[in-house]
Amino acid sequence: MSRAPLPYSQKILELFRNPKNLGRMEDATVSATAGSPACGDMIAFYLKIDENMIITRASFESYGCAANIATASMLTEMVKGKSLEEAWRISWKDVANEVGGLPAVKLHCGVLAVGALRRAIREFFKERGFKPEWVPDEDTFEEKQALEEEKLAKIISKRLLLREDGETRE
Amino acid sequence: MKHLENIRDLVKYHSTVEKEVYLDLENSTPVPVEVLQEMLPYFSSKAYGNPTLTHKQGWEAYETIMDAAGFITRLIGGSSPEELCFASGEAEVNSLAIFGTAVGKTGRIVVSSVDPLTILLPVERLEKKGFEVVRVPVDPEGFVDLEALSKAVNRDTVLVSMSMVNNEIGTIQPFREIVKTAREGNPDVTVHMDASDAYGRISFNVKDMDVDLLSLSSYKIMGPRGVAALYVRSGVEVERIIEGPIGTQPLWPGVENTPLIVGFKKASELAFKDFEGNVSKMRKLRDMLINGLLSIEETLLNGPIGGKRAPDNVNISFLHCEGESLTIELSFKGVYVSSGSACTRRILQPSHVLTAIGREYEAAHGSILMKVSRYHSVEDIEYVLEAFKPAVERIRAMSPTRRI
Repeated sequence: MSRAPLPYSQKILELFRNPKNLGRMEDATVSATAGSPACGDMIAFYLKIDENMIITRASFESYGCAANIATASMLTEMVKGKSLEEAWRISWKDVANEVGGLPAVKLHCGVLAVGALRRAIREFFKERGFKPEWVPDEDTFEEKQALEEEKLAKIISKRLLLREDGETRE
Repeated sequence: MKHLENIRDLVKYHSTVEKEVYLDLENSTPVPVEVLQEMLPYFSSKAYGNPTLTHKQGWEAYETIMDAAGFITRLIGGSSPEELCFASGEAEVNSLAIFGTAVGKTGRIVVSSVDPLTILLPVERLEKKGFEVVRVPVDPEGFVDLEALSKAVNRDTVLVSMSMVNNEIGTIQPFREIVKTAREGNPDVTVHMDASDAYGRISFNVKDMDVDLLSLSSYKIMGPRGVAALYVRSGVEVERIIEGPIGTQPLWPGVENTPLIVGFKKASELAFKDFEGNVSKMRKLRDMLINGLLSIEETLLNGPIGGKRAPDNVNISFLHCEGESLTIELSFKGVYVSSGSACTRRILQPSHVLTAIGREYEAAHGSILMKVSRYHSVEDIEYVLEAFKPAVERIRAMSPTRRI
């Protein structure tokens, strides 16, 4: 619970102030979200994918901290022009490196951004009724973490209610 | 040190800021020049001796410290300067009150669900060591449920520890009733109240309150950081929690920090010199800030309004707007505030005060805490209000949450 100041990099600040590819994409081929407002952390990811399964455009929306906004924005830049397979292989570490490193307590922001991207890619294949080999059956680390964070928000809000009930008990 | 370079860049990023308004008085305060000037001689030309020693500089230090103790004790209605123990901060005096009362005992400790972490965390530690801890709930404005308190305090209760004014949402607790209720539950209970956010802002008197222990913080009234005081009513037993050579402060070992104590006294003097004037100025600025911010759509005021609220406290939730982002955005406009968002707290949980009054997690993540002082002006608040609107708009425009 230490409260060291957050050493955001210049790159993160730049993307926070002037985010690239910000906003909902009305004609998106596919979209997905990760996180929830209760977590204080949520990303929506939109992809425009052409017939060769190349990402031609990507955009995002974010409810979250500066790191959340910056990593999501960076990831939209990173996937542009890439095949779905190449985009799938981007890990949270790649995103963290691209933004000039993330403070330890903010690593989950990079994880959440990649989680949203991979969910979108999974959704793309689900809608089309097939799944290439490079998409594993099981959720990847980033997808699991996104799910964990969403679950945690539910658990802590439940636990809080229980504890408050207990407080009045003799 | 890459991190340090990043922090330096963050500071440089503010080079174009035209005006600065610091409203984060909850977390640290600038020392006003008049307080600093009072302190300066005591660093190197006056009373710099150890107050327990037999020479002029020591005697001067002794006189200075006891004079400050007497001054502050009189302001809170105590009987003698011996009742006041200076220590190095609010966390330290609250820990002294709690651990110093509990040591060697067993039984129950009663606190409220909205107390500051300087109360809740020491108590949590005692809970792990076998104490039974009851956290009394509060209503949606943050007022302690007196009926629940009455049920909670039993014959086994050794300590009731609560804050008089909530540091996050400004609720002025019914502190006299809290003490009375605690004593009805157990006449032998020790009652501790943290007055850090009450001192200099609301009227109270330790004798009328019938309180045993009371915490006072220097920086919360624009004095220097690193000094606070615990009032210990004569006859109330509190044990030391740290050991070392004892000087003038029986409960806090070590060499007294005379310049900081002088600053604490000066800040107290300024807060009380024109108490009514100070309070009405704070209240006017507070309401100007609250009303201006509530005119932004989808906002919620956290805590009560009017006379039930501390004159300096402003706490607003901006829905669909994550708090940390908003604090950073405002910082680049020279407006410095803090948030109850989980992100700024470095733990995954948002403000425990806001969740205790029943705010949804999202409202807590989007909360901004500010405090005004007599050093702020109407122009400052106008500037802050101008900065807020576009800042909230920009952060909200990025959010997908409005559609879910």
